[in-house]
Amino acid sequence: MSDSSDEEISQQKWVFYKDRPDWKDVEPIPQDDGEEPVVTIAYSKEFTDVYDYFRGILKTQEKSERALQLTKDAANLNPANYTVWQYRRDIIKALKKDLREELEYIRQTIRKHSKNYQVWHHRKVLVEWLNDGSEELEFTKSILETDDKNYHAWQHRQWAMKTFKLYEGELDYVDSLLQTDIRNNSAWNQRYFVVNNTTGFTDVVLSNEIDYTLNKINIAKENESAWNYLRGLLLHDKEGLSKNQKVVKFCEDLYNSGNRSAFLLALLVDMCDEEITQGSGDVLLARQKGIDLCKELASNYDTIRCKYWEYMANTLEKKGTGTDEACTSSTAN
Amino acid sequence: MATPIKDVVLDENRPKTLLAEKHADFIIKLFHSEDNYEFAITDYLRMSGMYWGLTALDLLHKRDKLLRVDLFDFIKSCQDPESGGISASLNHDPHLLHTLSAVQILCMYDKIDILDIEGVVKYVASLQQPDGSFSGDKWGEIDTRFSFCAVATLSLLKRMDSIDVDKAVKFIETCKNFDGGFGSRPLSESHAGLIYCCLGFLSITNRLDIVDRDTLAWWLCERQLPSGGLNGRPEKLPDVCYSWWVLSSLKLLGRLHWISSTDLENFIMACQDGETGGISDRPGDVADPYHTLFGLAALSLLGYSNIKMVNPTYCMPQEVIDRLGLKPQVLA
Repeated sequence: MSDSSDEEISQQKWVFYKDRPDWKDVEPIPQDDGEEPVVTIAYSKEFTDVYDYFRGILKTQEKSERALQLTKDAANLNPANYTVWQYRRDIIKALKKDLREELEYIRQTIRKHSKNYQVWHHRKVLVEWLNDGSEELEFTKSILETDDKNYHAWQHRQWAMKTFKLYEGELDYVDSLLQTDIRNNSAWNQRYFVVNNTTGFTDVVLSNEIDYTLNKINIAKENESAWNYLRGLLLHDKEGLSKNQKVVKFCEDLYNSGNRSAFLLALLVDMCDEEITQGSGDVLLARQKGIDLCKELASNYDTIRCKYWEYMANTLEKKGTGTDEACTSSTAN
Repeated sequence: MATPIKDVVLDENRPKTLLAEKHADFIIKLFHSEDNYEFAITDYLRMSGMYWGLTALDLLHKRDKLLRVDLFDFIKSCQDPESGGISASLNHDPHLLHTLSAVQILCMYDKIDILDIEGVVKYVASLQQPDGSFSGDKWGEIDTRFSFCAVATLSLLKRMDSIDVDKAVKFIETCKNFDGGFGSRPLSESHAGLIYCCLGFLSITNRLDIVDRDTLAWWLCERQLPSGGLNGRPEKLPDVCYSWWVLSSLKLLGRLHWISSTDLENFIMACQDGETGGISDRPGDVADPYHTLFGLAALSLLGYSNIKMVNPTYCMPQEVIDRLGLKPQVLA
């Protein structure tokens, strides 16, 4: 719950705000219910001291150098306190502080607390104020080096790319991430984000992306992310899920080679489903094939989700006979 | 070739039955620990913390064990007279997350009238953006979480008329991904927590029709790992809070039965702390009120006896939602 770091404070000689002569004029305000917290651990005394004085300056709306320093101590003790960050920005504006210096400070803070909403938001506001996103790709990259699925970092990166049109080279970056970890779902999502916001899924792009993805599936066949991306690509295929010859052949070959990845079988089921719905080809054959695959999945290859596969088998069965209630989305209430 | 799966292994000596009494004691103890360091440093999320704790206690049929007279005074004093929004604690800025938590608590206790309701409505409406989305506070962070908070708050107050619902729905629709899931913003990665927020939003606005139902339900089922636990994204570790987010989403889609409830139940039971009480994210970790609530709420959805029925949209006792006459959409 608390990702606050008090390392910096305890490493140097800490002087309580209540003992600092230059803070004598500020009236500290104790925490909410007025009861004096019984403190037993050293750093909690620091916490109480800093926040009593923080509440003090908040009340008088003091915007000064010392108040700015105080917000740094308060944020350091608890970077998730959004009021501290808001007030810090108020001070920065009032004192017309150097935003580049602040950007460097928040860079260091995010490195320590990279899963915290408030620190990322602070950075975003600064970048907006500077109207300069040129450092954001490098910065988020450095965070993703230690946690390549960090949701905040990806969100910030996408925001910067969209706002400042920074798409160049991104597909290469995504590819390098997938070479490190082929199952990185965030990277696969980023691939979709880039293609969608740049070239779009034209026929040529689609064909290239399908080749790319099938290659990756060949390397790791139980990779949910790559299979999902492939399905995402096929949404852009005007012919639908089951008519892309390259994909169909790939799946059939893989199946015939003995592979029984649940994701492969699942795609084959959905291809059968589409064929039955469209009434194209041999519907009866597709139906039987689909049902058999569902049974294989339910009893051997994906037993934990057997209820889902039973449902799919049932759906296919009804579809083939013209009573396809199971696939209409009826709503209750 | 065998594929390494990110998962945990459940210990033979894990708890296997619900330790209801211990969980209630764990929560009650938290509410009587003002002198505790952990309590002091968590004031920035106090309001939500109280919602987690009080809801958990209520689901355990132990609401009466914790009747603090100062609770309602505290909530009332967290409402900012100017903006109408509610903050996590005194001397904090109002935020949509805590505004919803406060409204949820007061609805549970049937005390909503202590608030300046018009103020809350004005605050929520003021956070809607031209594209229909909502920011979490006046600083403008946009996220689908806040769309959920906004409509959950307003529907509990019966004031959905104060925002542009159609535009709000359009924004959520733009956050729908190719895998059927939803992220925090358009084209952001699908994430089970955010999927819950978007489905909850669509349930309240009666627009679950825009969801690719079975595509999404299948993606949600894929979150179940061999340990029985659920993760929030592919290739991530299981975590009890996703038991709630994935399960409530499946419930809203009418597909709860698609995952293995026995395996999930075993996983949640294994995350209980047999000594202190409370539930943690994974077996052996430190328990907290957040995971305690979401673990209990998930067990409730699985039909566990001795836990009150929870509403999948609001994560509040069903009896409260019934009392308010609310009927959020659930697909059959």
